[in-house]
Amino acid sequence: QLSTALSNCFKCDLHRLEEGPPVKAELTREQGLQYYRTMQTVRRMELKADQLYKQKIIRGFCHLYDGQEACAAGIEAAINPSDHLITAYRAHGYTYTRGVSVKEILAELTGRRGGVAKGKGGSMHMYAPHFYGGNGIVGAQVPLGAGIALACQYQGNNQVCVTLYGDGAANQGQLFESYNMAALWKLPCIFICENNKYGMGTSVERAAASTDYYKRGDFIPGLRVDGMDVLCVREAAQFAADHCRAGKGPIIMELQTYRYHGHSMSDPGVSYRTREEIQEVRSKSDPISMLKERMLSHNMASVEEFKEIDIEIRKQVEDATQFATSDPEPPLEELCNHIFSNNP
Amino acid sequence: ALIYLLKYPYLACLRPTQKMNLFQSITSALDNTLASDPTAVIFGEDVAFGGVFRCTVGLRDKYGKDRVFNTPLCEQGIVGFGIGVAVAGATAIAEIQFADYIFPAFDQIVNEAAKYRYRSGNMFDCGNLTIRAPWGCVGHGSLYHSQSPEAFFAHCPGLKVVIPRSPIQAKGLLLSCIADKNPCIFFEPKILYRAAVEQVPEDPYTIPLSQAEVLQEGSDVTLVAWGTQIHVLKEVASMAQEKLGVSCEVIDLQTILPWDIETVCKSVVKTGRLLISHEAPVTGGFASEISSTVQEECFLNLEAPISRVCGYDTPFPHIFEPFYIPDKWKCFEAIKKMINY
Repeated sequence: QLSTALSNCFKCDLHRLEEGPPVKAELTREQGLQYYRTMQTVRRMELKADQLYKQKIIRGFCHLYDGQEACAAGIEAAINPSDHLITAYRAHGYTYTRGVSVKEILAELTGRRGGVAKGKGGSMHMYAPHFYGGNGIVGAQVPLGAGIALACQYQGNNQVCVTLYGDGAANQGQLFESYNMAALWKLPCIFICENNKYGMGTSVERAAASTDYYKRGDFIPGLRVDGMDVLCVREAAQFAADHCRAGKGPIIMELQTYRYHGHSMSDPGVSYRTREEIQEVRSKSDPISMLKERMLSHNMASVEEFKEIDIEIRKQVEDATQFATSDPEPPLEELCNHIFSNNP
Repeated sequence: ALIYLLKYPYLACLRPTQKMNLFQSITSALDNTLASDPTAVIFGEDVAFGGVFRCTVGLRDKYGKDRVFNTPLCEQGIVGFGIGVAVAGATAIAEIQFADYIFPAFDQIVNEAAKYRYRSGNMFDCGNLTIRAPWGCVGHGSLYHSQSPEAFFAHCPGLKVVIPRSPIQAKGLLLSCIADKNPCIFFEPKILYRAAVEQVPEDPYTIPLSQAEVLQEGSDVTLVAWGTQIHVLKEVASMAQEKLGVSCEVIDLQTILPWDIETVCKSVVKTGRLLISHEAPVTGGFASEISSTVQEECFLNLEAPISRVCGYDTPFPHIFEPFYIPDKWKCFEAIKKMINY
């Protein structure tokens, strides 16, 4: 189908950068439908997880990603499967974009042997080739990400490492240690702060002396873009990846985004923000609606096509749920498996 | 009622009590502290609105936002900051949101807090510091919301480590920790926050540190634990009496460091058998320290090898929790083996 150049004059704040990503983005029909499909799948998967949690079929801690889909979809669109990615515990979306099926994700949430981590990790610990999780301790994944970037540099494979963290983690000391090492050694590390405005129940103003997270790397160049627009995310991530691959060292990206759910399933999410605020974001900035409307208004796809995709995704998620609720739990031997390399 | 009063002499004056669960008893202790000690401050992640486990509800409104305040998400910073507050002379009560998150602060606790008095030849100390953290399994906590890290800190001279089993104990022990002139870590069994309910005195009282409590006397086996596991052992003691005719002496260690060697050894001298139980993994768990010391002190009194019924040497599992924890059946089996040794 036709490829359409969209004038996409989005706001992009720069720090120590002469110029930022292009203000125009191209979107082909295929790309648009793919991004839509990805985001809608993540959305429906997260909503299904919510449902299963309330039915107590999923237990433990569960941090949902709905609202932030454009970040995962946009980043994946900009990088290669051979690049690396690591994030914190709000990880189901990235697990999907990095290639794990909805079936394996839901089965991991329900703790079954068909889960991506054999049912041993749960919500916060999902992994895939070149996707390092899934990390429970806030901020602990960032030095790891810098280390992965070092490995890329050392092996000279032209790969980059996308290291994600949230606005809460941005105040952890180990991030600054990572920034320093990455800048000193010019590591191909894209630090990305998904700023969803709340670290659990604490708004960013109450937690950070500076909420310009894209500047917090000080000597590391940074950019801040709208994380609800999948094209903005993609262009910015592409720009960042090019920067790193050119050997210019690390870069920080701040994605301004929003989560509809509370911090986790134990948090209703309305004691520290108003329902009006959540509703406003849903109606004005929902990433999936924004993409759909953009494509419809440019005649890149029809309403029926989107409906069909929705129906397909619904079925996919239902099938995955069926598997996740019927697959058996891991065998008891797994309790003591994989502690060391070769079980003594 | 008389037995109750004899057991808890600090209640002997029949002071007004209130029904409180564990988190409420903590709030009460903190309330008493803020009321009587003008230098006392409470800080940590989310303590201002009341805390994720409701332990600090109402305190900010009552005592002001300069005395009960949130910190950003930085455990190392929280403890380091707390040490500074304590060294300067104020009573610092720092909350770490889950014991699983205490490790970024491990250096500050072990290298700074514990050694301050020693390295300054008693010129400085941070005895005014108390660190509180929710501890232990909760049914669905998985790897990072279930840990019991007391053994890591037991290995550090200069610290005190305390774990209560119930609301009455919690308030008294916490107040002792706050008053104690040494840095203290107070682990609170999170599974008991709502589940454990007792009539707790409203005004302040202390329960001595480093004194283990004999909860029930027995003649055949000594059972030692702390925190949640005490309740498991009490049930095991009943099972042993009923099914095996075995009389168990149940001891709550309460203070892990420095621990009450005398009470435990006195009991083992009497019974000749010892079982120690904790959720934390068995290798290097605190049971190993108790076992080692008891065999040194009571070697000739032992009728059977000392038994440790603990968590397995794995990370705290996600789906396997019921199989991992040292439940009453495992403890009961261990008693049977010891009796038949």
